[in-house]
Amino acid sequence: MTDLTRLSAADLSILLTSGAVSSVEATQAHLDHIAAVDTDVHAFLHVAGASALAAAAAVDAQRAAGAVLGPLAGVPIAIKDVLATRDMPSTAGSKILEGWIPPYDATVVRLVREAGLIPLGKTNMDEFAMGSSTEFSAYGPTHNPWDLDRIPGGSGGGSAAAVSAFEAPLALGSDTGGSIRQPAAVTGSVGVKPTYGGVSRYGAIALASSLDQVGPVSRTVYDAALLHDVLSGHDPLDSTSLTDRWPSMAAAAIAGRVDGALTGVRIGVVKELSGPGFQPGVLQRFNETLAMLVAAGAEIEEVSAPSFEYAVAAYYLILPAEASSNLARFDSVRFGIRVDPEEGPLTSERVMAATRDAGFGPEVKRRIILGTYALSAGYYDAYYGSAQKVRTLIQRDFDAAFEKVDVLLSPSAPTTAFKFGEKMDDPMAMYLNDVTTIPANLAGIPGMSLPMGLAPEDGLPVGLQVMAPAKQDARLYTFGAAVEQLLEAHWGHTLLSLAPKLAPTEMFASEGGAV
Amino acid sequence: MKKAELMDYDKALELFEPVLGFEVHVELNTKTKMFCGCANEFGQGANTNTCPTCLGLPGGLPQVNAKAIESSIRLGLALGCEIAEYSRFARKNYFYPDTAKNFQTSQYDEPIAFNGQLTIELESGRQVTIDIERAHMEDDAGKLTHVGGATGRIQGADYSLVDYNRGGVPLVEIVTQMIEGGEADSPEIGRTYVAAIREIVKALGVSNARMEEGNVRCDANVSLRPRGSGKLGTRTETKNVNSLRSVERAVRYEIQRQAALLAAGGTITQETRHWHEDTGITSAGRPKSDADDYRYFPEPDLVPVAPSRAWVEELRATLPEPPAARRKRLQADWGFANLEFQDVVNSDLLDAVEATVAAGASAQSARKWWTGEVARLANVAGVSADSLVEPMQLAALIELVTAGTLTDRLARQVLEGVIAGEGTPLEVVEIRGLAVVSDDGPLIEAIDLALASQPDVLAKIRDGKVQAAGAVIGAVMKAMRGQADAARVRELVLERAGTAE
Repeated sequence: MTDLTRLSAADLSILLTSGAVSSVEATQAHLDHIAAVDTDVHAFLHVAGASALAAAAAVDAQRAAGAVLGPLAGVPIAIKDVLATRDMPSTAGSKILEGWIPPYDATVVRLVREAGLIPLGKTNMDEFAMGSSTEFSAYGPTHNPWDLDRIPGGSGGGSAAAVSAFEAPLALGSDTGGSIRQPAAVTGSVGVKPTYGGVSRYGAIALASSLDQVGPVSRTVYDAALLHDVLSGHDPLDSTSLTDRWPSMAAAAIAGRVDGALTGVRIGVVKELSGPGFQPGVLQRFNETLAMLVAAGAEIEEVSAPSFEYAVAAYYLILPAEASSNLARFDSVRFGIRVDPEEGPLTSERVMAATRDAGFGPEVKRRIILGTYALSAGYYDAYYGSAQKVRTLIQRDFDAAFEKVDVLLSPSAPTTAFKFGEKMDDPMAMYLNDVTTIPANLAGIPGMSLPMGLAPEDGLPVGLQVMAPAKQDARLYTFGAAVEQLLEAHWGHTLLSLAPKLAPTEMFASEGGAV
Repeated sequence: MKKAELMDYDKALELFEPVLGFEVHVELNTKTKMFCGCANEFGQGANTNTCPTCLGLPGGLPQVNAKAIESSIRLGLALGCEIAEYSRFARKNYFYPDTAKNFQTSQYDEPIAFNGQLTIELESGRQVTIDIERAHMEDDAGKLTHVGGATGRIQGADYSLVDYNRGGVPLVEIVTQMIEGGEADSPEIGRTYVAAIREIVKALGVSNARMEEGNVRCDANVSLRPRGSGKLGTRTETKNVNSLRSVERAVRYEIQRQAALLAAGGTITQETRHWHEDTGITSAGRPKSDADDYRYFPEPDLVPVAPSRAWVEELRATLPEPPAARRKRLQADWGFANLEFQDVVNSDLLDAVEATVAAGASAQSARKWWTGEVARLANVAGVSADSLVEPMQLAALIELVTAGTLTDRLARQVLEGVIAGEGTPLEVVEIRGLAVVSDDGPLIEAIDLALASQPDVLAKIRDGKVQAAGAVIGAVMKAMRGQADAARVRELVLERAGTAE
């Protein structure tokens, strides 16, 4: 029998729609696989076996009753722990929210449930999405399915590892400076950061409000498009949500598979997003991909974005500033853990301080301190104010580039997956890992990462980043699907089919099977 | 400072010039809160009108209440302000348990309304123009209740309870420019200014404007400048002064307190102060420096508010007559003496009298009834006079008196019936059988009987001692249980006495 966990969401959907497979079977297969491999991978912080099977049975019953269901009805999905779920703990990878079950669903979670998708559980992440490796999760890191000694990227390493370890065909991620795209790159999966405002942020535990965006994580471009169609649209609960009507991303992806889809496409290569500091194997695969695109009829032009030089610096002022304020609410008064000071009077101020001291990890504290400083009277203009100006300049660089080209390409990350501990003592090195992804967040434009091969020197996945103008998310899917088809035709298989097979761990099945 | 240690008020003014400033918070009466869909009402159980947004739960996001923007713009226009073409919310960051997000969503350098003016008139007739620096929107904090301890304040309390029902309620904060030249009138300026704001928001209908419920709250800034000095003194900010009289008293107290301190060579600490209604004094709160750092930055979860000029003009057209102008007009229309008019205004019965006059009553009788019998009954019942009876009903009652159907005494009984819910005045007259007996038949019968039973009185009347008729009139009125017009009875008594033979 087909291993249901190896199917794309689209292929699984065909079997579910035809009745060949029930959602309960598909869900059970994924729960079994999670039980088998997640002790090693640790993609999940919480597995909701019973409620997943109940939701699957409900979809099966609807289908049996002849209900017309959406294309992803009955397909399992993993949910990043940054999203509020009314039936599962939502900790954002932080001790301070240990065991907290929100009284409400994030809008994207509600949409996913309404579309009949089956939430399997919550995925690991760097605490409050601060990090590029999941090493800052309060609950231990997630391991890269390609090499368990290496990071799966971050902050959304859990979601990326879940799909690349075949624990779920789809996952929800959030991307503030690359938290969907960089993990996709280093795990050989696909991840999309939609246009800012394209997907509701209501119920996404905020890191940096002006940068955060929820998006799809998957193994194929088309699967990401199917999920994107579920997520996008105006949400009155999110004031920054766009009121635009969005075209079908799935249709856009299908358009990319037509012969000649790449002919005449104008591609810009951002000069500042490659070169020194980039791993040779990453650049090699990037250049090979460009050559194949030219061969397929695309036109390539180098574009310069001089302000990108300041992007990381500006980002690490804007993000901590907003985060320092967003994270102020974690004070023990209404939710989350409470820690009393060891001695002295129990004033609210002292309890707040003790709770935050015990509940936040080192990276969160670092960024709160940075942000508090950057917003302080007398420093605001020099730091936050200047950073906002840089942001405007970066938007102008993108505007200028997109006057000449249809899409911009770069490697999704400067390196392949690094080893645990390698950058823990060097925040700057960790921050610079996001140099490629940060500009899109600062400008609010959509970006995608899809696999473009393995780096020869370490055999690890390399990601291609595609960026399009704001609101042109559909262009990412058309182009991304075309590139994916071009590369897979060249390889003769999907990239993830090369991932090492994970050995099942017997122990976990009885513990976490939750069936 | 004990009252005995205060400097004499006149002496204080001799030495110092008071400089004032006011921050008035107006709670808007929108149906829902400022940034979420929760009901803007109290009286429910604690924390019942809450949601992820106003509880500051992780993932909650704000949405701006359009009605609150509209109310803020109308209020800004009524205060003569310019309305910003582009206005933003900002986060004011500070940790306190009544502030769910640990930041207040307020406005900083881009308020919705700015540069206004309000002219107030003091009792002496002196006109004072107050410059309004800005009116900005923000959300209210929750309510803390300190349990344990004697004072109900946080000091000495065992624990505190938080009710977030008020958290997120829309506020407009109106900030004045520095007010100089108030001199001895300074306390009255404070009271009159807050009264004027209260009147304006009430006339606009944007707030319930009940100070006792905290709908309008005043922070009073007071500093003293030594005569002849160009340098401003250090100010104090007395928080949450919640009645008009208290504003006046608090300003006066601070002038006397600061003067005593300064004259003794002391210095004023820049701080907030608490007003104590019972003892009439202020006490030190927390130090407040100009360098307090709230780390303001533009609220990234909200888009800017950019009201179109057309909309602003549309809203301007909805503004009611300014309360001060309306008062002038009404006093002239009604021909009230100053004291009569002040009585109506101070009793908060301007609307009621106006509506009663509109319903057909004469201005004087409307005033007399509202400030007299209705106010008396309301006082007994412990409610506001205008909540006791509808102006239409009172006008109908007055009409019955004017027509002679009711005497004043009967009308008071009818009013009680109306208030008791027995029906309209006419219905109460019928049900209770209270109409004046205007048919002479029953009167003549009663008079003849009375005259017959008091022949000595009859004789006196016939002798021309008309005042003796009083005894007969009294007997007749008693027989008629008061339901007779005494003047008519007198006429008839004299008539019957003359023709009795």
